[in-house]
Amino acid sequence: MAVIRDVMPAFELFQPATTDDALALLAKYGSDAWVLAGGLDSFDWLKDRIKRPKVVVDMSQASGLRGIKEVNGGLEIGAMTTLTEVVRHPLVKEHFSLLAEGAELAASPQIRNQGTIGGNVSQDTRCWYYRSGWKCYRAGGNICFADTPTAINREHAILDADRCVAVNPSDSAPALIALDAQMVIRGPGGERVVNAQDYFVGPDINIMRMTVLKPNELLTAIRIPGTWGGAKFYFEKIRDRQVWDFPLVNVAAAMKVSGGKIDQIRIAVNGVAARPLRLTAVESAVIGKPADAATGEMAGKIAIQGAVALRFNAYKIPLLRNLVKRAIGGVQEAAWKS
Amino acid sequence: MAEMKNPEETTKTLSRRDLIKGVIAAGAVSSAGYLFRASGVRAQQPSAAGSVERLVTITVNGQQRRVDVMKQETLATTLRYKLGLTGTKLGCDRAECGACTVLIDDVPHYSCSVLTQSVRARKVVSIEGLASADGKLHPMQQGVVEEQGFQCAFCMSGFIMSAVGFLKVNPKPTRTELAHGISGNLCRCQDYDKILTALLKGAENMRRA
Ligand SMILES: Cc1cc2nc3c(=O)[nH]c(=O)nc-3n(C[C@H](O)[C@H](O)[C@H](O)COP(=O)(O)OP(=O)(O)OC[C@H]3O[C@@H](n4cnc5c(N)ncnc54)[C@H](O)[C@@H]3O)c2cc1C
Ligand code: SF4
Ligand code: FES
Ligand code: FES
Repeated sequence: MAVIRDVMPAFELFQPATTDDALALLAKYGSDAWVLAGGLDSFDWLKDRIKRPKVVVDMSQASGLRGIKEVNGGLEIGAMTTLTEVVRHPLVKEHFSLLAEGAELAASPQIRNQGTIGGNVSQDTRCWYYRSGWKCYRAGGNICFADTPTAINREHAILDADRCVAVNPSDSAPALIALDAQMVIRGPGGERVVNAQDYFVGPDINIMRMTVLKPNELLTAIRIPGTWGGAKFYFEKIRDRQVWDFPLVNVAAAMKVSGGKIDQIRIAVNGVAARPLRLTAVESAVIGKPADAATGEMAGKIAIQGAVALRFNAYKIPLLRNLVKRAIGGVQEAAWKS
Repeated sequence: MAEMKNPEETTKTLSRRDLIKGVIAAGAVSSAGYLFRASGVRAQQPSAAGSVERLVTITVNGQQRRVDVMKQETLATTLRYKLGLTGTKLGCDRAECGACTVLIDDVPHYSCSVLTQSVRARKVVSIEGLASADGKLHPMQQGVVEEQGFQCAFCMSGFIMSAVGFLKVNPKPTRTELAHGISGNLCRCQDYDKILTALLKGAENMRRA
């Protein structure tokens, strides 16, 4: 439980105006430095004194990293663009509403007004053992406290676990994967671009990090190609409360359908593994099939292949199956919009 | 509070509201002088790009306020303990309740989760900044008074700031839209229905004003 204390422990603060200045600071301070975007993941760590960086590099003044522009029929979204700006942007709404829906369902209005898209995809897991400072695998220890006979693990993983059973909590991540987005990363060696699905890493690759970002690197932008513009989209998030709560499971799909048959599809889910998963087996199984309930039924069964329940999260298996089924077969949902 | 001296008011018995107003007017420091004591202005940083100073000027409720701010200080701390603007409440300090909501450049933010250093060039409005200088309540506040929307009202300033911010984007919301707009605020007394009625009344007042 969060405890209100007076103020956070002291740190040195820098507010660089440019990416270059920020990179220079990260190079100088190395592992002592912490990148701060909107801070809505970061402040918990700092307030709870679980992470004690000596230096905080606050990107809030780097105005070049904020904003959305059209590039070749697609979009380039600066990493410091807030979720609200993403949700309200006319081009996002018109061509890539899948992302607008995912971002709109994250957290609360005030959090979306401040939390950035770059921070949303780079945020750490919410496993409370880890976030309370227990020295588990992810914190460099040699045990997982969420995977013991008495552990409370209702929110944890059903797929691809490897020692750590934490999940990625981002609502924008599966939408970006379904849109074939690319992550633009800058580091001391220059720029590299990785596909959204490869931006995230599971414990098999690196048990202590959620993404491929190195400590001296910055995510500068997210590019969305024109490919899926105006496709048939489906986003659904299941959570306990309709505000604030992280996804128990979410699903994002982009489909091109002609003559009632699925021509092309991307489908990704989150909240079920340590990284958002693109369901390639589902994709190849449904191509050429009608976008109907029967295909959805089949897709749902494929999605849960290999799923393993922990003590309290078995419900996630039918939940995942049903969300995938609905994403493909469709459902008349009354969305809560404003 | 005893250290607070506002010459015009010493003869009167101060109501809580007068006290707050006095503090704002005098720019005095209220309940947390201790935060100041530990924090003398340090020598200038060696000029690394992006380094910040502790003595900053921020625009709060239309006034330029010069204030000594720690690097790790949140806006809620600055408002409440350095500027005496205690209308902004701290419920959770974790972006989970909304009691601390203020407007930054007209947009609602949780002030418990904003570094004061990051609002230097921006305009902050807290609940104290809504009423006009002559004390006339903001139409939203008036709506809340008319409908008696709250019980203990600890959550009230946050709700009002959220609503005022939301109405700048959507001045004529339906009840459902407003509910969504202010969904980042919790009420422990759980009187959401009356709160919504009151805030809708406030929205109506604002359109008429
Ligand atoms: C109460 C609460 C509820 C929430 N509910 C949800 C939810 O339902 N769904 C959801 O998706 N999210 C949710 N969030 C998370 C919130 O959306 C994210 O915290 C926010 O989007 C992260 O963005 P930020 O800019 O605030 O990140 P920060 O906290 O500033 O950063 C997060 C992490 O990413 C790193 N980082 C950020 N930007 C960059 C960059 N450009 N380059 C390199 N590293 C970077 C930081 O170093 C840090 O480790 C919730 C948060 C809170 C506090
Ligand atoms: S699930 Fe991962 S983060 Fe949570 S306790 Fe286990 S190892 Fe740590
Ligand atoms: S005190 Fe800031 S959201 Fe609760
Ligand atoms: S009226 Fe008591 S917390 Fe809202």
